[in-house]
Amino acid sequence: MTISTQLAYAYPELILAVGALSLLVLGAFMPKQTGLVGGASVLVLLAAAVASATQPFGVAFSGALVADAAATFSKVAIYIASAVAIPLGQPWFERRGVKNFEFPILILLAALGMGMMASSGDLISLYIGVELHSLALYVLAAMHRENAKASEAGLKYFVLGALSSGLLLYGASLIYGFAGSTVFSDIAVAAGSSANAGLLFGLIFLICGLAFKVSAAPFHMWTPDVYEGAPTPVVAFFAAAPKLAAMVLFARVLADGFAGAAGQWQQVLLALALISIAVGAFAGLVQTNLKRLWAYSSIANVGYALLGLASGTSEGVQAMLVFMVLYMIDVTGFFACLAALSRGGRSMETIEDMAGLIKERPGIALAMTVFSLSALGLPPFSGFFAKIFVFKAALDAGLWGPAVIGLVGSVVAAFYYLRLIKAMWFDGSVGATDKPPVEAKTIAIATALFAFPVVIVALTWLNPLAERAAHAFGLA
Amino acid sequence: MPLLSLITYAPLAGVVAILALKLFGGNETKSAETSKWVALIATLATLALSVLLVVQFDAKNPGFQFVEEAPWFMGLSYRMGVDGISVLFVLLTAFLMPICIAASWRSIDKRVHEYLIAFLLLETLVIGVFCALDLVLFYIFFEFGLVPMFLIIGIWGGQRRVYAAFKFFLYTLLGSVLMLAAILFMIGTSGTSSIPELMTYPFSPQVQTWLWLAFFASFAVKMPMWPVHTWLPDAHVEAPTAGSVILAGILLKMGGYGFLRFSLPMFPNASDYFAPLVFVMSAVAVVYTSLIAFRQTDMKKLIAYSSVAHMGLVTMGIFSGNVEGEQGAIYQMLSHGVISGALFLCVGVVYDRMHTREIKFYGGLVTRMPIYAAVFMLFTMGNVGLPGTSGFVGEILSMTGVYQASTWTAIVAASGVILSAVYMLTLYRGVVFGPMTNPKLATITDMDWREIAIFAPLILSTLYMGVQPNSVLNLTSASVTQLVRVYQAAIGG
Repeated sequence: MTISTQLAYAYPELILAVGALSLLVLGAFMPKQTGLVGGASVLVLLAAAVASATQPFGVAFSGALVADAAATFSKVAIYIASAVAIPLGQPWFERRGVKNFEFPILILLAALGMGMMASSGDLISLYIGVELHSLALYVLAAMHRENAKASEAGLKYFVLGALSSGLLLYGASLIYGFAGSTVFSDIAVAAGSSANAGLLFGLIFLICGLAFKVSAAPFHMWTPDVYEGAPTPVVAFFAAAPKLAAMVLFARVLADGFAGAAGQWQQVLLALALISIAVGAFAGLVQTNLKRLWAYSSIANVGYALLGLASGTSEGVQAMLVFMVLYMIDVTGFFACLAALSRGGRSMETIEDMAGLIKERPGIALAMTVFSLSALGLPPFSGFFAKIFVFKAALDAGLWGPAVIGLVGSVVAAFYYLRLIKAMWFDGSVGATDKPPVEAKTIAIATALFAFPVVIVALTWLNPLAERAAHAFGLA
Repeated sequence: MPLLSLITYAPLAGVVAILALKLFGGNETKSAETSKWVALIATLATLALSVLLVVQFDAKNPGFQFVEEAPWFMGLSYRMGVDGISVLFVLLTAFLMPICIAASWRSIDKRVHEYLIAFLLLETLVIGVFCALDLVLFYIFFEFGLVPMFLIIGIWGGQRRVYAAFKFFLYTLLGSVLMLAAILFMIGTSGTSSIPELMTYPFSPQVQTWLWLAFFASFAVKMPMWPVHTWLPDAHVEAPTAGSVILAGILLKMGGYGFLRFSLPMFPNASDYFAPLVFVMSAVAVVYTSLIAFRQTDMKKLIAYSSVAHMGLVTMGIFSGNVEGEQGAIYQMLSHGVISGALFLCVGVVYDRMHTREIKFYGGLVTRMPIYAAVFMLFTMGNVGLPGTSGFVGEILSMTGVYQASTWTAIVAASGVILSAVYMLTLYRGVVFGPMTNPKLATITDMDWREIAIFAPLILSTLYMGVQPNSVLNLTSASVTQLVRVYQAAIGG
């Protein structure tokens, strides 16, 4: 294969890399032109999304890069989510006196890393993708330099993220040692239908490292602190796209590298899923800060996604993909609502702050109600459809016990979503709020409209796309 | 013409119009006034369409009619249709809704737009529940109904409204998620989500047991059956009058409808197996909640407990598995929908004037409010099951059915009729008769023309159903007969 045909499989990544580096140069010479850099970054991301939607399928660089339906599906979603983060975040920072051009470029680099994660076919490209996106995210979390909490969040994120990268690398090296190759397809051959103890040992470390990235319990400790401390629009970004990228990577490692040994990793994933659902549901009950609350909600939701993956079937992977895309839209919308709200210049972050919001800001309050109900899994909102896909996959795989536990967990979690709705609808107002910025409000309303009613139509094409994507993996 | 979709979504048109009024209507109080008219027109239009539905309904056809079908995703589809069991529930819903709107005309003065939107949305969802012929579609309507009801209780309720709203939501949610698991399992096993097809799908008896329990968890809470009824009195007491009417009149019927639509035809063996359990739970409900009702000092709570007792009779009738029992259960549900709704409205009449529901506060109202006393008397008698009212027909039919299935249960249930007379007459005496000792009541006024207009259709239907039961029973009989025949064949009876 010539280098040019190989590069054709990597067009989206090339567009992002070249775009990010040229914009960096541009920014260095014209540091005042933040709007230009931001706008250009959005265009680069959209171009990358188009490139991945139209790219040919194949394997490049000796298996290191896989371009298939799954990569396309997740990359389009990731790039669009990243593109949304720029108009949401940049004005937010500028209103708080942080006027720098690095924000959109860091998003571009994170998107590049996530794209690589989604199409990695090899332990090396896996690690490069993970590190590239993580490093960008660490910086983004600490972007609000004057804010002590943000710096703390960035540092915490970095230290714990580095630890998880260590675990990931250790696992990767063990797998390489026992399989004799870093390419997933070779590992699959070495693992066969039942992986030996060395490979399994490595796989467990790899799973632990990835569980950190998706913030699955018991590797979730960093999530609430980082969500609380990091700037709200940055949370809107890294609560969404990176989770999808890491889940797809999860599927790649397990389904491409260890398809035969599904019976062995299924148990591990099931444990992660159920612990996440339980921790997310119960620990969320005592939270008063909405960002922390949503951190626990995301832990629980990752648990549901992992439940889909734990089914070990193509249907399960499909369910996971649909789940993650619908969840991404929900979580972006919710944090866009938070980013839109302030009272006297101070961010509104606690449940008490939301009291009587329906009278103050009916549009945003309605959107937040939709996101809460959707996260609760109530029909007819997108979260409900996301969950029934996952539960159906789990039931079809015979996992009825975990499915029922998951459903009951969603009832426990219902309590904290209802507390938020109660504050917004039942309680008296505690004071006028500032006029919400147009971009955050637009994103909030648009995502809410997606959660209902657009989702009802969207599923008719999203679901077949996810099905095609799921078939790209080597599962039954 | 997709008549069922039209009926289901007609209230949504009202929602959109009121939302537009809220956002662009300018003056808050003025647009609220207009919104009330919009809501009334939307509900009356729905009622007109439902009457058209019942008129066009072919009573001899036991199958589903007015079927609409369109594919959706994942093998699911948008499928609507009614048969003899569901068609009258659609009518009942459409009948009670304009009454609710009219009843809240003056008593609701805060956040009127939101209130009306919640009611209209609820109407769409409840009618959707009765018309849906796809399991997932059914679940969507069934479950989403929690939200408007949560808001109605929580925003416009009384003092402990937040507690009641949470209790209502979480109780019913826990019941329904188990049903969701069962629904997904059924779709996975049979490969279809169509309710008519699933009615003939032979699930193995062992699987039926689990599925039956999961559905039971949901419907028993909704119904509500003893011992999971405790959310109901709290929700009732705190809900505004119209909320109570909807809750007792319509939402409770979704549980009974669920038993008739799912438990009996889809899991006949399990229904037969668990029938004694249901009989015991229902018998306990009848006696126990009647006794509790007798001890209540709050008028609404008393009627709420009486609802649980009456629903006990319905569940008995349903699981008796014979034509009399099913017909009686359906009749009892329709009649209870009208009568209990009317009773809550009766409480609302004096509550609007005095802002208390304590029985002790009242007494001797007959001297100041003769029309009210007469109306209240009629519905008290209807609730007791006096011949000539609709309550009698439902009770006698379901008791006949239960007597054939389980004699002892019928005997215990019969005691419930006496007990209902005890608590209802005590209530009536305490409020209406006796000397008027409370000086605050000296200026209380009788019902005005608006209130009489609200009660008139309820009075007429109670009496009509009391003396002309066949006009209703004929509509349901073909579907019920078929349901019983299939059920008896499945259990080998």
